[in-house]
Amino acid sequence: MNADFPILSMMLAVPLAAAMLCLVASAHSARFLALGATLINLLFGIWLWTQYEIGGAQWQFTESADLFGPIGWKLGIDGISLMLIMLSVFLMPICIGASWRAIKERVSEYMAAFLLMEVLMIGVFAAQDLMLFYIFFEAGLIPMYLIIGIWGGTNRIYASYKFFLYTLLGSVLMLIAMIWMIQEASTADIPTLLQYDFSTEAQTWLWLAFFASFAVKMPMWPVHTWLPDAHVQAPTAGSVILAGVLLKMGGYGFLRFSMPMFPDASAQFIWLIFGLSMVAVIYTSLVALVQQDMKKLIAYSSVAHMAIVTVGLFTFNQQGLEGAIIVMLSHGLVSGALFLCVGVIYDRLHTREIDRYGGLSINMPIYATFFLLFTMASIGLPGTSGFVGEFLALTGVYKVSTWAALICTTGIILGAGYMLYLYRRIAFGEQKNIDAAAMEDLDMREFWLLAPIAAAVMWMGIYPESFIAPIRDDVSKIVQRVESATPVLDGKFIANDPSTAQYRTGGEGDSDTIEQEASGNTQ
Amino acid sequence: MTENDLFYTRPELILSFSGLLLLLLAAWRPNLGRQICYISIAPLIAASYYAWIIMTNEAFEFGGDAFFGQYRADGFSSFSKLLIYLASAITLLIAPRFLEKKGVMKAEFPVLILFAAVGMGIMVSAVDLLSLYIGLELNSLAAYVLASFARNDVKSSEAGLKYFILGALASGILLFGISLVYGFTGSTSFLTINSALSGELSMGATFGIVFMLAGMAFKISAAPFHMWTPDVYEGAPTPITAFFASAPKVAATALLVRIVGEAFTNQVDAWQQIIIIVALMSIVVGALGAIGQKSLKRLLAYSSINNIGFILIGLAAASQIGVAALLVYLAIYVAMTLGGFICLMQLEDKDGNMRDNIDDIAGLSKHRPVLAAVFMIFMFSLAGIPPMFGFWGKLQVFQAAVAADLLPLAVIGIVASVIGAFYYLKVIKVMYFDKPVNVIGNINSNMLVWIGGVLALFVSPLGYLTISILSKWSAVAGTFLFVNGG
Repeated sequence: MNADFPILSMMLAVPLAAAMLCLVASAHSARFLALGATLINLLFGIWLWTQYEIGGAQWQFTESADLFGPIGWKLGIDGISLMLIMLSVFLMPICIGASWRAIKERVSEYMAAFLLMEVLMIGVFAAQDLMLFYIFFEAGLIPMYLIIGIWGGTNRIYASYKFFLYTLLGSVLMLIAMIWMIQEASTADIPTLLQYDFSTEAQTWLWLAFFASFAVKMPMWPVHTWLPDAHVQAPTAGSVILAGVLLKMGGYGFLRFSMPMFPDASAQFIWLIFGLSMVAVIYTSLVALVQQDMKKLIAYSSVAHMAIVTVGLFTFNQQGLEGAIIVMLSHGLVSGALFLCVGVIYDRLHTREIDRYGGLSINMPIYATFFLLFTMASIGLPGTSGFVGEFLALTGVYKVSTWAALICTTGIILGAGYMLYLYRRIAFGEQKNIDAAAMEDLDMREFWLLAPIAAAVMWMGIYPESFIAPIRDDVSKIVQRVESATPVLDGKFIANDPSTAQYRTGGEGDSDTIEQEASGNTQ
Repeated sequence: MTENDLFYTRPELILSFSGLLLLLLAAWRPNLGRQICYISIAPLIAASYYAWIIMTNEAFEFGGDAFFGQYRADGFSSFSKLLIYLASAITLLIAPRFLEKKGVMKAEFPVLILFAAVGMGIMVSAVDLLSLYIGLELNSLAAYVLASFARNDVKSSEAGLKYFILGALASGILLFGISLVYGFTGSTSFLTINSALSGELSMGATFGIVFMLAGMAFKISAAPFHMWTPDVYEGAPTPITAFFASAPKVAATALLVRIVGEAFTNQVDAWQQIIIIVALMSIVVGALGAIGQKSLKRLLAYSSINNIGFILIGLAAASQIGVAALLVYLAIYVAMTLGGFICLMQLEDKDGNMRDNIDDIAGLSKHRPVLAAVFMIFMFSLAGIPPMFGFWGKLQVFQAAVAADLLPLAVIGIVASVIGAFYYLKVIKVMYFDKPVNVIGNINSNMLVWIGGVLALFVSPLGYLTISILSKWSAVAGTFLFVNGG
């Protein structure tokens, strides 16, 4: 494959074509078709990663075609997009595998919906035209609405409506903002818009409009209420893709649009993001603590983790942003895996109620081991992906606001609380339910669904450089862009602070060197 | 009368003479209804050809006037005519099967459609209050008869009567407005009216404008003049409802655009706020009214009210971009609404009776997957959810509104569109999520399947490939209005 190969278009075309074929295929062949297409896309993704030149041009694999009049078919990725596309193509075959037996009705339509979902996810991360981005971003509602509504649980209709209307309401305001931006800057090209300086007043309004969309998608407290419903009702694979990739679109939106395009407004609204995030971390963690439904518990933990992401993003420093992105990737893997773990036992007992299980480590040792690993990764134990992201993000937060860091760290302790409590009730203790005690351990299919995620989680925990290297340059570009607007909060080093004078040995004139040392230490 | 007059009015001439000839044929061969329907497509194609020439040939770059400034053939009228003729032709193709089934297939049916098309052609070409009224009434008269075409059906007769009485009332209001405008400007020609209305607006002329707009709002079934729509749409035979929701909507909207964009361009402030309020009310009323509906026909009627609201947003922009956006929206709207009704026409139970209750399509996706999928495409498209093509129409009108600095209108309008999404989703929910009731049987009508399929492809993401053509010609059409204003 040479450099001119339109790899991104191919990654969109393969699942799209497979989705169309699935619609006319039988259930059995639809399964293999979907698996084949997602595996091909995984290979494309790996090729993309190996060919991505770290430290090269900001936008790579760019394509441009004049297909749709004013909507430019412009694709291209930077490191951040690359990582999120990798996450999508990595999780997709696992989702197909997870639905292999769990979905018995309308299999071909189900597989088609998932493949369309993959097209739209990759499209969101690769679009370089504002309108193209919006179309991909918004179109994702249709397959997800159908996935929740057709193959979901008992209360699926309520959940699907809530999901659709909530997200739509958030997004339409963003559409108006985008229209305004396109007319103001007379271009819809995202790389050009990244350099465009909107007036401070306009930035405020535009930022709020984008915030309405991304905050719902993220989701941030208090507009998170659609998420627990959607997660609980969606089929396992739907929850995986929802938690794994769809929530990341909110974070991606903040990274790609809100921060670099409206730096002044972003700085102005730090208090809002920090405030909402801190409430979210504490509140949703406490809510998670008292859940009886496993999926609901993980859903609330997702909201808490996403709050760490938002708080990390709005620190405007290298560690905070890198940490936030790693948390996004890590959460994509870990929460996806946790939903799969729930799915495994749900398939056997058809209940998500925590009390119906217990002592599973006795009869399902392999399962319990995997579950333990992902629980630890969710808590952020060193050696797992969760630690890297959370540590970096909180370091970034500490540099900006020690109070925010304190509260967010409390959230992580609470996170350990609810996750360990969940694990204890499910895997440890006595086998109080006979049917739960009779469940068989993972079969080969389930093992091979969880094993790749476990490997990726460990890889990201032990050698995170593979994941940080591609995003480093892009993060520093965003940091530079917002630097001028960054306000000084309490976490910043203050030169010649009188209250610390007694600890300083040098004279007044040495303050520069001290400052350099200080900033050198923290970086 | 010069040669030019005859040249520019050629679409209307072709349709009129064909209509008369076919009427004779119908008189002697009354049982040839289906054949005459198909024959009538030919004059529509011929008329479209001349409309296309006027629009695309550079020799007619500035359009042309006929009959001493009564009639104008230009890009704008041609674009609208193409839509009208297309919608009429589709109606002629889909109607025979339905009417025969109902036992009301008469050979007059295609003739009435042709005369309605003549009237609509005159409407969109009218640049004088007289020709405006003649066109409008020619269309309306045909429409009243069409509404009650199923003579043995009480509901259809009721629809015709309601349509007639309320339509006559609206025509009266419009005429009152026309007489006031004529009285205060001294002319019936749009251009003269426009120059007479420059400067301060007198009270009488204001009343005239308001009454004219009220009459037009009735014709396009915009809230708060929409009450007749659900009843008439429900009562009239389905293919005729499809016709009402498409072609006359285009014609009346284009006429409204022509009035405000040519006769009132000096008084934008006087009518803009009316259009804005009517647009927002239509969006909200159309969305809220549809929620409780059990009949799918009534639901689509409310959907058309809702869509007219979005179309009027393009007009509220009072600019050439706005007109172009409005025409793009109309083109997509015609495809969506015809497609929606074509889906409805395929809903027959196992004994061949028509069904249009929303409960009857529960679980339709199980036993009629393709029909359900096509219906879903139309519903998502009407809701304006990308990547369906309906989104492009909405995007265009909102772009025009933002360009005209009408941000509050754009924001309120788009937020209200979320309310509308609710009932479109409900149809999809019933078809896909609910337990199958299995009342809908199979029907064998290749015509409905094919036309529905082609329209579905147009409003599916493939429609985006037509953007360059649509944008080009709608932009050309837009240049003929708001010449001094926007």
